[in-house]
Amino acid sequence: MIRVVLPAPLRALARLEGEVRVELAGPATQSGLLDALEASHPLLRGRIRDHRTRERRAFVRYFACGQDVSHEAKDAPLPPAVASGAEPFIILGAMSGG
Amino acid sequence: MSRVRVLVGTRKGAFVLSADAKRDPERFSVSGPHFPGWEVFHLKGSPADPSRIYASQSSSWFGQVIQRSDDGGESWQPVGEGFTYEGVPGTHQWYDGTPHPWEFARVWHLEPSLHDPDTAYAGVEDAALFRTTDGGKSWHELAGLRGHGSGAHWQPGAGGMCLHTILLHPTDRARITIAISSAGAFRSDDAGRTWRPINRGLRSEQIPDPTAEVGHCVHRIALHPSRPEVLFMQKHWDVMRSDDGGESWREVSGNLPSDFGFPIDVHAHEPETIYVVPIKSDAEHYPPDGKLRVYRSRSGGNEWEALTRGLPQRDCYVNVLRDAMAVDALDPCGVYFGTTGGQVYASADGGDNFAPIVRDLPPVLSVEVQTLP
Repeated sequence: MIRVVLPAPLRALARLEGEVRVELAGPATQSGLLDALEASHPLLRGRIRDHRTRERRAFVRYFACGQDVSHEAKDAPLPPAVASGAEPFIILGAMSGG
Repeated sequence: MSRVRVLVGTRKGAFVLSADAKRDPERFSVSGPHFPGWEVFHLKGSPADPSRIYASQSSSWFGQVIQRSDDGGESWQPVGEGFTYEGVPGTHQWYDGTPHPWEFARVWHLEPSLHDPDTAYAGVEDAALFRTTDGGKSWHELAGLRGHGSGAHWQPGAGGMCLHTILLHPTDRARITIAISSAGAFRSDDAGRTWRPINRGLRSEQIPDPTAEVGHCVHRIALHPSRPEVLFMQKHWDVMRSDDGGESWREVSGNLPSDFGFPIDVHAHEPETIYVVPIKSDAEHYPPDGKLRVYRSRSGGNEWEALTRGLPQRDCYVNVLRDAMAVDALDPCGVYFGTTGGQVYASADGGDNFAPIVRDLPPVLSVEVQTLP
């Protein structure tokens, strides 16, 4: 079970509160996690990754264990602490504004 | 007793303003923000079922969402699986004239069918027209528009290459008229399968050939349902009129203090009475002389009168965007518009007197009105 923290706008859109818990059938990778998250919460499709290309949207970032893992390979294993549920996988909107 | 529901899209959410037929500005109820924090470019109710409202919710972070309400804006449901251009999208011109791939950015305008609440059209950036026939669950491009021949030469204006105007003919279901910034106006007479430019008579000094077939920055087109062959256009500069469904245009700017502006609309019961909001220039997006004035022509253009009662007549430097004006169908006709300063003004007497319904919303992107029984 992996814990996912979503940004507030996406929690509101998908009518979720608090962390989301995602069970993975396959390997604990970024792609596997996001596929499972979108399968269990279809309203998130297209919000984190592009509908068609499934690439991360430009102004979305992924943090884990205090690191920006946005640019990690999509099929690389997630950090063990995230895979075990000890630490959350954090999805957030990039800083923007003035 | 009749009532009105004003649908307001803003930079940070949507608002629904409701009142009875008196339309006393002090007595509008305000609900919202709906979709707080998201840009809501446009909301519009279905003429066939006023309880059905479509809304375009978007964000630079999280992309495009279409929301649907089946209870007049009380509750909303996200619908749709996104917008994908038909086939290989190809390229249009970028600002520097080089080819640039077509990229979906957002939905600027939603136009529900006049007859079927499950059918609606979406005008998007980069410019294309999409249609749903299942209440917004799926959207399919009417690709003949981009593919008709000139698409590769379209170039974005400063606000992006958006398809912002969709006019559905009230009796001829096959006729659709659209406008794109900055490509111009286009018309289909076969329900969106094939298209052709309708820009003859437009003159734009900002493009290499001022009378080119495409490339004009049309800001808005409006029609009156009783005379759908008559079209009124606010162009980048110039207010224009066509009496033949867009086959030819002539300028009717007349005595306006500036013929630059964004919205244009037609009185609900007087097809020759039209409204614009003059803006100083393309660089200075605010009213001339710091005075917010709606201009009304009762002669279909050329002779204009300033409507100032209830509007700020000093130190006013807001803009009124292309989708931010609407009229209701009550008698007398109500006129509504929203500003980038967050005010929504209403007139319950055809524009003679305005008053703010709300003063402090986020910048207003769009205003639509539903007249309800």
